[in-house]
Amino acid sequence: MPAAIFTRLALIEARRGGLVWLAGLSIVTAVALGGFLAQLAITESRLLQAAVVAALLRVCAVFAIASQVVASVRREIDDKRLELLLALPLSRSTQYLGRLAGFIALGFVLALTFAVPLALWAPPAAVAGWALSLACELALVAATALFFAMTLAQLVPALAATAGLYFLARSMGAMQAIAASPLTEDSFLHELGRHALDALALVLPALDRVTRTEWLLYGLADVRSYALAVGGMLVYTALLAAAGVFDFERRA
Amino acid sequence: MRRDERPLREVPPWVWLALAAALGAQIAWRSQQSPGTTAGPDLPPAPGVQVLRLASFGEPEALARLAMLYLQAFDYAALDYGRLIGWLEAILALDPRSEYPLFAAARVFAESPDPQQDRMALEFLYRQFFIDPDRRWPWLAHAALLAKHRLHDLPLARRYAAAIERNARSPAVPLWARQMEVFILEDMNELEAARVLLGAMLESGAIHDPAEARFLRLRLEELERRLAGDARR
Repeated sequence: MPAAIFTRLALIEARRGGLVWLAGLSIVTAVALGGFLAQLAITESRLLQAAVVAALLRVCAVFAIASQVVASVRREIDDKRLELLLALPLSRSTQYLGRLAGFIALGFVLALTFAVPLALWAPPAAVAGWALSLACELALVAATALFFAMTLAQLVPALAATAGLYFLARSMGAMQAIAASPLTEDSFLHELGRHALDALALVLPALDRVTRTEWLLYGLADVRSYALAVGGMLVYTALLAAAGVFDFERRA
Repeated sequence: MRRDERPLREVPPWVWLALAAALGAQIAWRSQQSPGTTAGPDLPPAPGVQVLRLASFGEPEALARLAMLYLQAFDYAALDYGRLIGWLEAILALDPRSEYPLFAAARVFAESPDPQQDRMALEFLYRQFFIDPDRRWPWLAHAALLAKHRLHDLPLARRYAAAIERNARSPAVPLWARQMEVFILEDMNELEAARVLLGAMLESGAIHDPAEARFLRLRLEELERRLAGDARR
């Protein structure tokens, strides 16, 4: 299966590129910082530790996967290896999706690794739910980073676009809540802004509903809302993959 | 992840010197600066809940607890309690299931040297109690004890006790808490009452955090010492 070669290459490149060390360092730093802050707490020290470590590890995982994807693709393009691969008797969609599958597999490994320390403070079912959700979130981030790395010409704009989309998606729920506040002025401009935000939210993933720290602290929400939130990540990953293949097919 | 390197002796002496001098200058520069502290009376006004929610980037539970650590760093005796209560309300709205703001209000901020400030903290607990009476009754029970023993305001203590009686309906709420007014009117001293309350909280499983248990044990010992000192005088 030709796509599996690209998947394997992505995993080997991550291992040789020092991602293992970065993941280990992230876990040690997050646990140490969580432990330090828990010493300052006068109550809920375990909950504080779990919340801080989970929030930190989530951001670290996203940063690691996004930078790994963007750097890997840019290196391929800069070394002219991409042109060489395009000359192989493999369809472009196979090449693109095989590469994406490798990054998604990498995201799964990272999510499982980062969930291990959380088992110290949270019940196993909640940790498993959090890990699966993080894996789906990282799949989405990998698809985003791959799309922007292939589409945009440079490394920094690709990273900035990935980070921008990610943080905008995570804040969109709060922004909509602010815009819908009953205390805000009831004017045409405000209504226009509110509808613009709602329209923007339609084309963004609901990242504020996944990998929630509250699952670790207070238990998982009901299965239906969990499945809807995580399913939304998979739908958006499919959308980005389709958009990426579309753009890749048009590449000269 | 290895890279080819030349031996250290290949580095020119002036680069060694420049590195050492720059490192020395950095350490000397930083040693002149005092460590940053938030201790002082200048707590800024509380941000809005929506602002905090936006700043949390989808991690309200983590931000709520970090904000509590930030509040703890101030010298609470000299704080503007109006602002402090605003912060506590915003943090509790950010994560309504967290007990940290209620614990801090009951056990730290309501035991300041200024009775007016204590009353503000107690009223905060009273207002917040009605949002979730079955989980927040221990803090109002403690508030009732403080009102009786610290503020010597029996009507206030009875008002809090009556609120628990009327609103806490969960089977997990102990009988004595549901008959709080009788408990308040009993001729118990502060230490006895605190012991009963603490015992009930332990029994109901309300205390499961080691830091909280440690803090409460220290508070109880402090109370024992204070009352023993009062008795000797």
